[in-house]
Amino acid sequence: MLALILEQSLNGLQYGLMLFLLAAGLTLVFGIMDLINLAHGSLYMIGAFLAAAFSHYFQNFFVVLVLAIAATALLGAVLEKVLYQHLRRMTHLSQVLATFALILIANESMTMVFGAQPVMIGMPESLSGSVSLLGDELQYPVYRLLIIAVGIAVAIGLYVLVNKTRLGMWIRAGASNPTMAATMGIRIKPLFTFVFALGAALCALAGALLGPLLAVSTGMGESILIPAFEVIVIGGIGSMRGAFVGALLVGMIDTLGRLVMTSAFKFFAVSGAATLGATLASMLVSLLMVGILFFRPRGLFPARG
Amino acid sequence: MAPRLIPAHRPETPLTAGLPGPWTAIAIAIVLAAYPLLMRELGEDFYITLGSRVLILALAASALNLALGYGGMISLGHAAFLGAGAYTVAALAGQGINSAWIAVPAAVAIAGLAAFLVGAVSLRTKGVYFIMITLAFAQLFYYLAVSLPVFGGDDGLQLTERSNVPGIKLENDLAFYYFVLFTAGLAFVLLYRLVSSRFGRALLAIRENERRVAAVGYPVFRLKLMAFTLSGGLAGLAGALLANLSMGVTPHTLAWQQSGLLMVMVVIGGSGYFWGGITGAAIFLLLEEAVSTHTEHWNLVLGVLLLIIVMVAPNGVMSLRERVISQFRRKSTQ
Repeated sequence: MLALILEQSLNGLQYGLMLFLLAAGLTLVFGIMDLINLAHGSLYMIGAFLAAAFSHYFQNFFVVLVLAIAATALLGAVLEKVLYQHLRRMTHLSQVLATFALILIANESMTMVFGAQPVMIGMPESLSGSVSLLGDELQYPVYRLLIIAVGIAVAIGLYVLVNKTRLGMWIRAGASNPTMAATMGIRIKPLFTFVFALGAALCALAGALLGPLLAVSTGMGESILIPAFEVIVIGGIGSMRGAFVGALLVGMIDTLGRLVMTSAFKFFAVSGAATLGATLASMLVSLLMVGILFFRPRGLFPARG
Repeated sequence: MAPRLIPAHRPETPLTAGLPGPWTAIAIAIVLAAYPLLMRELGEDFYITLGSRVLILALAASALNLALGYGGMISLGHAAFLGAGAYTVAALAGQGINSAWIAVPAAVAIAGLAAFLVGAVSLRTKGVYFIMITLAFAQLFYYLAVSLPVFGGDDGLQLTERSNVPGIKLENDLAFYYFVLFTAGLAFVLLYRLVSSRFGRALLAIRENERRVAAVGYPVFRLKLMAFTLSGGLAGLAGALLANLSMGVTPHTLAWQQSGLLMVMVVIGGSGYFWGGITGAAIFLLLEEAVSTHTEHWNLVLGVLLLIIVMVAPNGVMSLRERVISQFRRKSTQ
């Protein structure tokens, strides 16, 4: 039992950290550019597809990862220059629609290029083993531990970037008041492009890392987009700290909720306990968000006063 | 007749509710009534069903338009209410209750109740939070439909026959079209009365400046909640008709993409214009039909078109008329 709980907790941590990679980009883009980007999940999907494509040409997983991240970041920068710069000045409704259009375009073009069948990314040989935890009671895959380590490293990196560097100071200034920041001499346009590209890079990192665990398919963007949005809404849109806390909360509740519900249903001998538990756990996250917004309409850590 | 609204002077937010004159409405009603007879003459029965579909989604889009266009509430969860209506009809039919007199009002009531509950919580939030919380609620309904065995899981529920209306056999596509036209027509009259009433004008005022309306003494929250509930109820009516049209309902009706598509229809037509939802749904469905015969990549075409619309005409097709008129005026004064 203890082994199962530990395993599921680690899975929850891993899912939460991957959610954080998406939510961090989403919350940065929203906080600093005042832009709702529904297509953020599509960048994650594109990152995963690019990783799958590169893995045909390169054996080294690290090279594949770096290439996918660089390509997606470049795509993000181009998108920002061509489209998002204009969207920034439009209404929220227009932003929702335009980025919804981008989702349709991204999904359809990925289907056209890679086909409707899910694509697999091979797990790197050296990472496919597992380690013993709790004195041989639990065999946990090394690869998942690696994902957790990368997630934590990125979280620390982002913390240092946003709070301890000059660039981070600009980002925070831009987030709290873009006009004032521009007047004080911060070159706001390149900053926006950088932030957007950074968000895209984080998406690609998550997509490429999860590629070997999941099948890479066109629906994957949307299936993580909604939890990622729930994360930033729970945490408070624009707040990095909120995104981190929210992501871990959502990851844990989703994974442990599934465990608890499934075992409860099994205990009461309800048919189809596994699927029922999974969907009810997803509902739990939505309910959490609704509950938090009911008491704190601006999320746990409101970014702007 | 209710007074026509005064044209706005701020081009970005048309305060002209785009209300139709009586003759336009009568002309459109005649065209819609004659349409299936013409199609029957031409032997194109398929287009009668397509006509029913357009009318039903026009109703759904207009319902969303009440909240989105008139009330300024950007709801990304209206598919939930559409689905609530559809599931009510299908679930009642599963219990052997087939009478339209029970099923349709029940669908409206359930969807309205759902909208009331969702609105009561969501309307406390603003801006992006509102968009996201409506989306989250819609996901709740979606998961509920998928996971509860009563609702048939992924397969949804099937109808063995359409709802019973005494004296009419709805299994006949022509009769069903007229049933839809009549029901949707009543709903459009109701919508017209709503948006041209004091309530409608207060709603517009809230959209333009909520704080000011609150300061003048209107109960802003209550008005918005009322509009949201009505909007949900009408979407439920559309859902009830949709379940009858497609002889069943699947969780796909509740998916968040469906909410997005409803929003797309409203914006293509013109949010905040009376004909906006109707025009948008018609353009959307006819275009989908035309494009799908040539290519299977309809979503790609739609995505590109949508981007162009958002960039070029964010106020939709109905705003083009005003734009053209103002162009002419400018030329004639020069």
